[in-house]
Amino acid sequence: MTASVGRTSWPALGVVVAAAALAPLVFTDFFVSVILTKSLWLGVAAASLIFLSAYGGMVSLAQVGIYGVAGMTFANLVVADGGAAAAWSPWIATIAAIVVAVAVGLFFGVIAARSVGIYFLMITLAFSVLVYYFFSQVTQLSGFGGVNNPDLPSLVGQPGQDPAPLYYTTLVVAVLVFLGLRYVSRAPFGLALQGLRDEPARMRALGFNVTRHRILAFTLAAFIAAVAGVLSVWYNGRIAPGSINLAQTIDILIIAVIGGLYRLEGAWVGALTYALLDNYSREWTPTVGDVLGAERFNTILGVVFLIIVLLSPGGLVGLWERVRGLGGRGPGPPGEVAREPAPAEAAK
Amino acid sequence: MSGSSQTPLDPAAGGVTDARGATAAEEAVEARAAGAPRRWTVTRVALGLVAAVVVVWLVVKASEDLRQFAVVSLNGITLAALFFVVASGFTLIFGLMRVVNMAHGSLYLLGGYLALEMQDSWFKEEVGGLGISLAGEAGAEYDLVGWLVPLVLATLIIGVLGVIMQQVFLRWNQGQDLRQALITIALSVIFADQMLAAFGGISKDIKTPTDWPESIALPGDVRFGFFRGVIVLGAAVLIGLLLWWLITRTRFGKIVRAGVDDREMVSALGINVQLVFAAAFFLGAVLAGLGGVLGGTMISLAPGEDTSFLLNSLIVVIIGGMGSLAGAAIGALALGLVDAYGDVYLVFGDTDLTNYSILLTFALLVAVLAVRPLGLFGRPA
Repeated sequence: MTASVGRTSWPALGVVVAAAALAPLVFTDFFVSVILTKSLWLGVAAASLIFLSAYGGMVSLAQVGIYGVAGMTFANLVVADGGAAAAWSPWIATIAAIVVAVAVGLFFGVIAARSVGIYFLMITLAFSVLVYYFFSQVTQLSGFGGVNNPDLPSLVGQPGQDPAPLYYTTLVVAVLVFLGLRYVSRAPFGLALQGLRDEPARMRALGFNVTRHRILAFTLAAFIAAVAGVLSVWYNGRIAPGSINLAQTIDILIIAVIGGLYRLEGAWVGALTYALLDNYSREWTPTVGDVLGAERFNTILGVVFLIIVLLSPGGLVGLWERVRGLGGRGPGPPGEVAREPAPAEAAK
Repeated sequence: MSGSSQTPLDPAAGGVTDARGATAAEEAVEARAAGAPRRWTVTRVALGLVAAVVVVWLVVKASEDLRQFAVVSLNGITLAALFFVVASGFTLIFGLMRVVNMAHGSLYLLGGYLALEMQDSWFKEEVGGLGISLAGEAGAEYDLVGWLVPLVLATLIIGVLGVIMQQVFLRWNQGQDLRQALITIALSVIFADQMLAAFGGISKDIKTPTDWPESIALPGDVRFGFFRGVIVLGAAVLIGLLLWWLITRTRFGKIVRAGVDDREMVSALGINVQLVFAAAFFLGAVLAGLGGVLGGTMISLAPGEDTSFLLNSLIVVIIGGMGSLAGAAIGALALGLVDAYGDVYLVFGDTDLTNYSILLTFALLVAVLAVRPLGLFGRPA
């Protein structure tokens, strides 16, 4: 496997971010909130998965579990309907939520990082589902119908009335996450991580502590997932066990796979595709008995996911690269270093 | 690393596999540098202490109410029996083909639903004309055939479905384990949604034959459910023995064991590996479907049970070691007992912690992985 470090195309990134910044002027509030803001925070969650997968070779399904811990912690610490309602300031609650989730992530990492490949996938999946069962059982923390209407920082205002402040906040966070992960992936830490992905034995011979490095990478991804978890509560205005269940775990995985498990920008490409499908596929889905119809969004999603896994393991980004003849033959990460910007992001 | 000739699917050689598996596992655990053993001794001592506390706590609880303890233990063991039936199929498929079948839970649930549909539409004998609108069991009777025929048919259909899944989606990308896992995840999403559409969201269950007793009397004035205690437990023991016989005593088992160790070599010897793979997938799916019928009768069928049994199978094989039948048995027993005890005994004075019982399951998983990252009987792939 070739290292999948691409050069950040600054002009392209600039154009995408500028377009995204102007989006609220062009699109309706509905579109800004339901499509764009949602894609941005889902993309952050998917980016934590893609970072681990692309640079560490670890496909972690625990990311939703970790973001669930962050979201639940935040929702319980601020004033809210249901949950512990500890009435902390939203900013302090945000920091506390991230700290708690990162600690949980560190613990998960210590247990899981010694396993590799498919074992790692299974163990992290078990973690995620256990987090879900934990919150569905412990109603003191999750309320009976979830924790609703949490107090949000004044920065994001009232997302229900004016989505723009939350949108810009999420956009800034997403850009910072993208640049941060990009930077880490090319810093010595990230290069060593890619070395561990490809040649663990050699890296150990070179004196690297393989497991510790993997744990640190996992913890960093947990931090990103925690940020996404807090954002998800800001966006939804609620969190319930049902929003961190296996279906959500799989949705984040689907987003990552649709975008391409090997490219960081794929996270947002996948998230945008997912949000668009989620909203508009219901309108054009023909009704075929019980099998298809507006209610059967998950079937559509599953089929799209299946087709992408079968046809293009590199996801949409991989497909794009293949169309451009830049590599991405067969399974595995697209071999060549791609110099293209995230194409679908420009669609914003 | 593949120096060991013991196969993880060989329950008879459990002890040996254990000892050798340990060395292999240690090789595989890449982080275990030279200086590490002392730290691991501390971990082991700590785990030993925890285990001792758990045993003392159970003894205290048992001495308070021996009858309750017996029932709770039986609950755990019968739950374990069901977990074993389902997880043995999961581990069989993984052991031979390295395919993690994430749709295993879906096959479980679909098996149950199919049997329920057949029972409802073919074998329901209404008694008392007005009983229909009341709760189902009041107005209907079922005979033994009305339970067995759906069981066999549903199980076989699931087996065939498993083979189709393997042939259409998995056969041509053998060896790409991540991709195969993703494919089965996609299938499970579709299955779950289609089952919701076809069977609705309400919890249902398969009825036992009307002339079967509700419960049986055990020594010490303990009563326990007949279906749970006799049928499910009996089925699990029977299936365990059959699988053991199949794996250790037949030509098919020999090929499977050889295939686990070295697929290419088996193929080079002129054995049609593809046929064996299809057979193994059939068997694995059959076990999921059978589990679904048993579970659908013992517990219930509802959306979400597929997740629940996927998680159970995952935990069982993570604890027991992927691909090991003996590991599946021990893992199922551990998970079943922890579930059962945790649901009842997490009460300390006035503090009722039973809704935190999932943390015990998590602790079990962590404890095993801390000492043996590949599970109790696991070996590196």
